[in-house]
Amino acid sequence: MSNNNLSVISLVSIGEHPTSRRPRRAEQDARAIELGIKLVGDNLQTLHAGELSDDASQQTALRSYLGMGLTEINLLEMPENADAVLVIAEHLKQKNPDIILTGVRAENGESSGMLPYLLAEQLDMAMVTSIAEILSIDEVNKQAEVLQALPRGQRRKLKVDLPFIASVDMAAALPRQSAFGPAMRGQFEATLGATFTDEESSDWQIVDAKKRPKRLKIIKAKTAADRFKAATAKASGGGGKVVHGVEESAQAILDLLVEEGLV
Amino acid sequence: MSSSEFLSQFLFTLISFALLLTLVGAVKRMLLWSQGQSSTIHWLGLLQIPRRYLVDLHHVVARDKYMSNTHVATAGGFVLSSILIILLYVFQLKLQILTWALLGSSLLMFVGSIFVMIRRRNPPPNLSLGKWQRLPKSLMVFSLSFFILTLPATGILPSDTGGWLLAVLLVAGIIWGIGEMFFGMTWGGPMKHAFAGALHLGLHRRQERFGDGQSTGLKAIDLSAKKLGVEKPIDFKWNQLLSFDACVECGRCENNCPAFAAGQPLNPKKLIQDMVIGMAGGDDAKFAGSPYPGIKVGTHKGGAIIPIVNVLVESETLWSCTTCRACVDACPMMIEHVDAIVDMRRFETMEKGQTPGKGSEILENLSATDNPNGFDPSSRMNWAADQNLTVFGHDEKKQEVTEADVLLWIGDAAFDMRNQRTLRAIIKLLRAADVNFAVLGDAEFDSGDLARRLGDEATFQRLATSNISTMNKYQFKTIVTADPHAFHCIKNEYVEFGGNYNVMHHTGFFAELVNQQKLKLDNSKELALTYHDPCYLGRYNGEYDAPRFLLESMGVKIKEMDRSKSTARCCGGGGGAPVTDIPGKQRIPDMRMADVVETKAEIVAVACPQCNLMLEGVVEPRPEVKDIAELMLDALIDDVVEDMVGAQV
Repeated sequence: MSNNNLSVISLVSIGEHPTSRRPRRAEQDARAIELGIKLVGDNLQTLHAGELSDDASQQTALRSYLGMGLTEINLLEMPENADAVLVIAEHLKQKNPDIILTGVRAENGESSGMLPYLLAEQLDMAMVTSIAEILSIDEVNKQAEVLQALPRGQRRKLKVDLPFIASVDMAAALPRQSAFGPAMRGQFEATLGATFTDEESSDWQIVDAKKRPKRLKIIKAKTAADRFKAATAKASGGGGKVVHGVEESAQAILDLLVEEGLV
Repeated sequence: MSSSEFLSQFLFTLISFALLLTLVGAVKRMLLWSQGQSSTIHWLGLLQIPRRYLVDLHHVVARDKYMSNTHVATAGGFVLSSILIILLYVFQLKLQILTWALLGSSLLMFVGSIFVMIRRRNPPPNLSLGKWQRLPKSLMVFSLSFFILTLPATGILPSDTGGWLLAVLLVAGIIWGIGEMFFGMTWGGPMKHAFAGALHLGLHRRQERFGDGQSTGLKAIDLSAKKLGVEKPIDFKWNQLLSFDACVECGRCENNCPAFAAGQPLNPKKLIQDMVIGMAGGDDAKFAGSPYPGIKVGTHKGGAIIPIVNVLVESETLWSCTTCRACVDACPMMIEHVDAIVDMRRFETMEKGQTPGKGSEILENLSATDNPNGFDPSSRMNWAADQNLTVFGHDEKKQEVTEADVLLWIGDAAFDMRNQRTLRAIIKLLRAADVNFAVLGDAEFDSGDLARRLGDEATFQRLATSNISTMNKYQFKTIVTADPHAFHCIKNEYVEFGGNYNVMHHTGFFAELVNQQKLKLDNSKELALTYHDPCYLGRYNGEYDAPRFLLESMGVKIKEMDRSKSTARCCGGGGGAPVTDIPGKQRIPDMRMADVVETKAEIVAVACPQCNLMLEGVVEPRPEVKDIAELMLDALIDDVVEDMVGAQV
């Protein structure tokens, strides 16, 4: 694909390995880079909000994006307590990108998954969630065709006007291997970000997330074929009925409670 | 002028001219080698050439008695003849004794060349044809011409015998012979192996290999270099380029290569020849040996400054190698195929990021969790929850120790249920022998073997230095491990990073205990058993006896496979081959299991977790796969238990 005039910026964060909790390249961000490289090759710009840490493992994690073949990562320097959304938005306003790629959610920190939405709001752009692929870009009509990933392998083709923000799903193509040599030789270009202090988060207390209780699946299947079906079939949403009227609504709730054995 | 006077004068001109051209060729060839990267020049090695040729090289050649006798006659005759020819015809030393000597040496060479000719009548597939088929004829013509030429000078025949007709024939023969034997030596003919081979023996990159020595550890590279690994032929060290030129295309490597036999696209001989093509420039159309299975000869070309992979050599070729070292061991010219392959893999992984198959995932796991399969690093000791092991550490509350006689290196078998059985057996045996041992627990990382052989020197060096700094915190006399790969790495490859340890494989350690009567084994069992030598224990570290001693101590008469000890076939599990998983026509472990079945053994004893997994992966029915430690545990006579039983009665 030759999209030479297209300006694509991919946002990268430092991820965290789920078991060892060591810093690493975040899986979705790496997929975003992969998608970006396939789209515009060397013209892909990469932005990381934060300073270059003295911690070697943090640096290695950030460098592993460089190892995918990028020549540089732009560092948007901001203090620890800054509001990344506002700093990034301020920076991107000046850059006028056509496409901004992010992961769906960060692997550590707030991990709210809100960043792409808030950026879209700030920049007044369209936002496409969980894309798996950018199929084509029509630079004349300023339109892109993207493939959105839905649960259970389903895909939805969407048309979106440029410029837009897209969060890249795990269903996107696997990121290429990060090579040690280019990772060590790649450069960081630092720019000082605007100052927007995150007032709210200073009052927050951070605790480790607990695993949410999960309903045990009771499978009544007797045959292997049934068990297979139960394991693979898409969970039925109960038909998604819209109930009108107070009486009917109350009855529906009561039925559910009875069914669950709670009443 | 008589025909003999003419011959004498003509030969002076011809031989002097040929020698001059040979010299020019030699300089040209040396310039080719000098394109390579700098590497220590072992000048003193040059003095060792005759000894290395006569002892070390012939030690390998003599595995084929026919060929070694033939080579002694032919090469011995040729070297001697050449010296005499130069003395007689260039320096014109007309001594009768030299003439007689030349008569003898050319006759010796002629006899040798007959045997070369016989072998070449129906050449086995591992031999190259083409110019190599011409060589026996050239040898014959050379030796016969000088033999006949010398006859009149010795007085056996009157001078001017045969007159001008014979003179003309002799001139033709000598031009052919000298053209092949002198000129061809430095201009790319088959005799190149003698010239490059001699220098290679002297200037070998691993001087320690000679005189029954050993040097099998991969060499470290500087990670801050501008280019990591080998991309183009000129990125090899100059002495590696020289070593490629030493290849005599005997194809012993090909006969021993498990990947070649499995139909994977690797033939070590062709690889070395391709490196020569790369160094000198050209295409592989003239290669007259077996191709890489599945890849047609004549479709690739290269040059000194042209990238090798996917131009001259397909990447699948590099990744088919199990690093079993069978080729290196079989090579009479002492060429280091594995070094070259790993050098090229390093570029593929560290510069291009193109480790095939699961390679990329495995390397990422090693970075994030210090084990190849990405298990939680804090679950490394979960397997031993019931073992009550002493752990090295400084936390006295947890009864950690800083000192023990033995550091038991667990390795990644910790995460594998099959190999945990071996570990449990080892622990029981160590306890039965009252060995004071401790483990590193979660502080132990993967040894780095896999990362290094997948070309990720950076990850290897990180793991190696981490492990060394962990181990240096504690006092112990010996490291014992059940994993020959970790054994090899810690013993031979950590040295470059400051880790000097006394490392033993569990078979070696247990053999000592059995010898000292600290372990008593029941030797009454009759097992139909064969033993599979792990590459990294056998060929890499020369340990063939301890495992056999242990098996014999259990009363087992080992039904040896044809390919055992130094020629043992790899299980297919080394060098990251199961990770890169290059397709072939059959699987290497299946072939090895067929070797086992041939012996009619019911059990195949192994001494390596990787071999264990590969051989157990062969579909049943097949012989049972058991680690020697497991067999020992079955045969262990435990005094304590017996005493207790006796007391109860």
